[in-house]
Amino acid sequence: MLSGGDMLIRSLQEEGVELIFGYPGGAALHIYDAIFRQDKVKHILVRHEQAATHAADGYTRATGRVGTVLVTSGPGATNAITGIATAHMDSIPMVVISGQVFAEKIGEDAFQETDMMGISRPIVKHSFMVKHASEIPEIVKKAYHIAATGRPGPVVIDVPKNTVNPAETFPFEYPKKIKLRSYSPATKGHSGQIKKAVGMLQQAKRPVIYSGGGVVQGEASELLIELARKLNFPVTSTLMGLGAFPGDDAQFLGMLGMHGTFEANTAMHHSDLILAVGARFDDRVTNTTGKFCPNAKIIHIDIDPASISKTIVADVPIVGAVDSVLRDMLDILKSSSKKTDKKALADWWAQIEDWRERHGINVKPRYNTSGDKIMPQDVIKMLYEVTKGDAIVASDVGQHQMFAAQYYPFKRPRQWLNSGGLGTMGFGLPAAMGAAFAFRDKDIVCVTGEGSIQMCIQELSTLTQYGLPVKIICLNNQALGMVKQWQDMVYDSRYSEIHYEDSLPDFVKLMDAYGHVGIRVKKREELREKMEQCFALKDRVVFLDVYVDPSEHVYPMQVAPEGSMRDMWLSKTERT
Amino acid sequence: MRRIISVLMENEPGALSRVVGLFSQRGYNIETLTVAPTEDATLSRLTVTTIGDEHKIEQITKNLNKLIDVVKLVDLTEGSHIERELMMVKLKASGAQRAEIKRCVDIFRGQIIDVTNTVYTVQITGASDKLDAFMDAVGDAAILEVVRTGVSGISRGEKVLSL
Ligand SMILES: Cc1ncc(C[n+]2csc(CCOP(=O)(O)OP(=O)(O)O)c2C)c(N)n1
Ligand SMILES: [Mg+2]
Repeated sequence: MLSGGDMLIRSLQEEGVELIFGYPGGAALHIYDAIFRQDKVKHILVRHEQAATHAADGYTRATGRVGTVLVTSGPGATNAITGIATAHMDSIPMVVISGQVFAEKIGEDAFQETDMMGISRPIVKHSFMVKHASEIPEIVKKAYHIAATGRPGPVVIDVPKNTVNPAETFPFEYPKKIKLRSYSPATKGHSGQIKKAVGMLQQAKRPVIYSGGGVVQGEASELLIELARKLNFPVTSTLMGLGAFPGDDAQFLGMLGMHGTFEANTAMHHSDLILAVGARFDDRVTNTTGKFCPNAKIIHIDIDPASISKTIVADVPIVGAVDSVLRDMLDILKSSSKKTDKKALADWWAQIEDWRERHGINVKPRYNTSGDKIMPQDVIKMLYEVTKGDAIVASDVGQHQMFAAQYYPFKRPRQWLNSGGLGTMGFGLPAAMGAAFAFRDKDIVCVTGEGSIQMCIQELSTLTQYGLPVKIICLNNQALGMVKQWQDMVYDSRYSEIHYEDSLPDFVKLMDAYGHVGIRVKKREELREKMEQCFALKDRVVFLDVYVDPSEHVYPMQVAPEGSMRDMWLSKTERT
Repeated sequence: MRRIISVLMENEPGALSRVVGLFSQRGYNIETLTVAPTEDATLSRLTVTTIGDEHKIEQITKNLNKLIDVVKLVDLTEGSHIERELMMVKLKASGAQRAEIKRCVDIFRGQIIDVTNTVYTVQITGASDKLDAFMDAVGDAAILEVVRTGVSGISRGEKVLSL
């Protein structure tokens, strides 16, 4: 016989949960007492509930395991909202348990009451309110199942305090299986559609594989690589998909979209066939949808039927798990007597190499390398060198994020953790922290800006408590750089509210206050030495505060709002 | 295009708000909405009429299907179906108007369900355009109050929406 609180924690144990990221409070106290009386599930005390959700999210992105969050009612629940929305936009599985006031008090504006079911409704995959303690095991089982399967996403369990009352106990049995009559996500793709798609792949003359976050989440990276090799097709990736195809591979065109490479965006525009795999034709990818890839037929593989033909109509929609569909495609290809059009592909590759040579960012530097200012691109390249391309990199949001995406060629999935869909400043540090719990032997890096880092900087204290040696690389341009770039380009450099007027903290002293190491870099020639010093301090949190050229922009940048994929600014003065 | 989408969903608290929330969240419009439990107490049936092009309707049905509480749905307008709406109208009815209204109600096969010496309350059932036509026929000047249930629908013949 167990109380609701004990059942909740026992259920988490049964689910194999190792870590709960959380923060206590009145409505959650029975649950916290249940945590105290066991030692299988470890609770991580963050400093702000937003960070609990981002840390669970970072843990999940890095490992593939579902993250777990526990917060109290009212302000605890509302503080978690930004992180739940971040996970929802990027289809990250997560279970968020929120305390709630006594059921009989709900609706009375009780102390710390907030309608968590209502507030979270548009940003969750599903949510449960516990009505009786005896439902808890089944709800937990369903929550983890729903979060992790199909198109993954966050699930909220709202737990009124009376349902976890330690004085009332009930028999506990954790369900082995659950029935959900209204939920059966597609797994296998339609074989006829797959056959048709393969036929088109074999005939394509100017194909591009457009790979997205679904390939990472769907554990389909190896199959994607195998398919791309077999077909000899160029591959481009969304911001969310980076790492699923090796970033330093010759077949890789780099990221596509708003800050995508010239060769990726131009190849997309001129392609005759796009194979979209686990990607959703986001507006940061397509630019003006009416002008999107005018001659391309589109094959779209996605687990979520609602993502198909949402913004761009697919010629061959395939609903299914990406790994299963790619495997089926490979099977058909291997047994097919037809061949791809080698001659056309050779011409296509020659054309792509020409584009790459002309404006590719990885062929030669396309930014000023002769001044005395430190260029942000060089910082990322140096980071890549010093970490041997092997670090797990979480990023915040802004120019630094785009530089990291462009100049750190990720070689494996789950190496790059970033808030792509919601673009949440403050994500980086707690996400890196979450990953650090799972990978004690790897370099864990947070690439950030002096703006973003201040949105969850309180987690420096959590890093101290749990001894997590995260390395923070701050591209300090003394401004909200990405906003500044837009104000330069769209508002005639009218800088509205992007400067801090000398009010930035002394990050070196701040690190000292938290018991960490801060290193400032202001001279170009010091960059390598300081970067090496940073990573040599294996067991310490180090904050590398790099003063970079404050006037630098991220390029390429697609011309919005009327442009097509291929319309880009390549520098402050050059346009395609 | 006007569509009637009929949804079987879990008879759970919160299920209705998820459906309604989806419409507002994604900017779909709701013309009418009705919901009630079915013969199976664990299920409710919801009927929503909405207007949108084919692409929008496809997105609506896909997104409805994604809701965990939605068990099954059908776009009734895709096949032959029957739709009904019930309306009660309070009408000014004195002197010569009384006979006039009575005749009109008969033509529309409605019923007068409440009477005072100045007012008739009329009940009409039928497809929505029939209810609209009745209101046109009696004219705005006579109408004191209108209440409509919103559309319910069912497909013709053997086809059923059930588990
Ligand atoms: C929570 C939040 N608020 C506002 C924004 C809008 N925004 C996007 S980038 C950016 C500037 C970020 O500045 P910083 O972290 O210094 O990065 P930089 O662009 O300078 O590299 C802002 C304000 C956001 N993405 N998230
Ligand atoms: Mg900045």
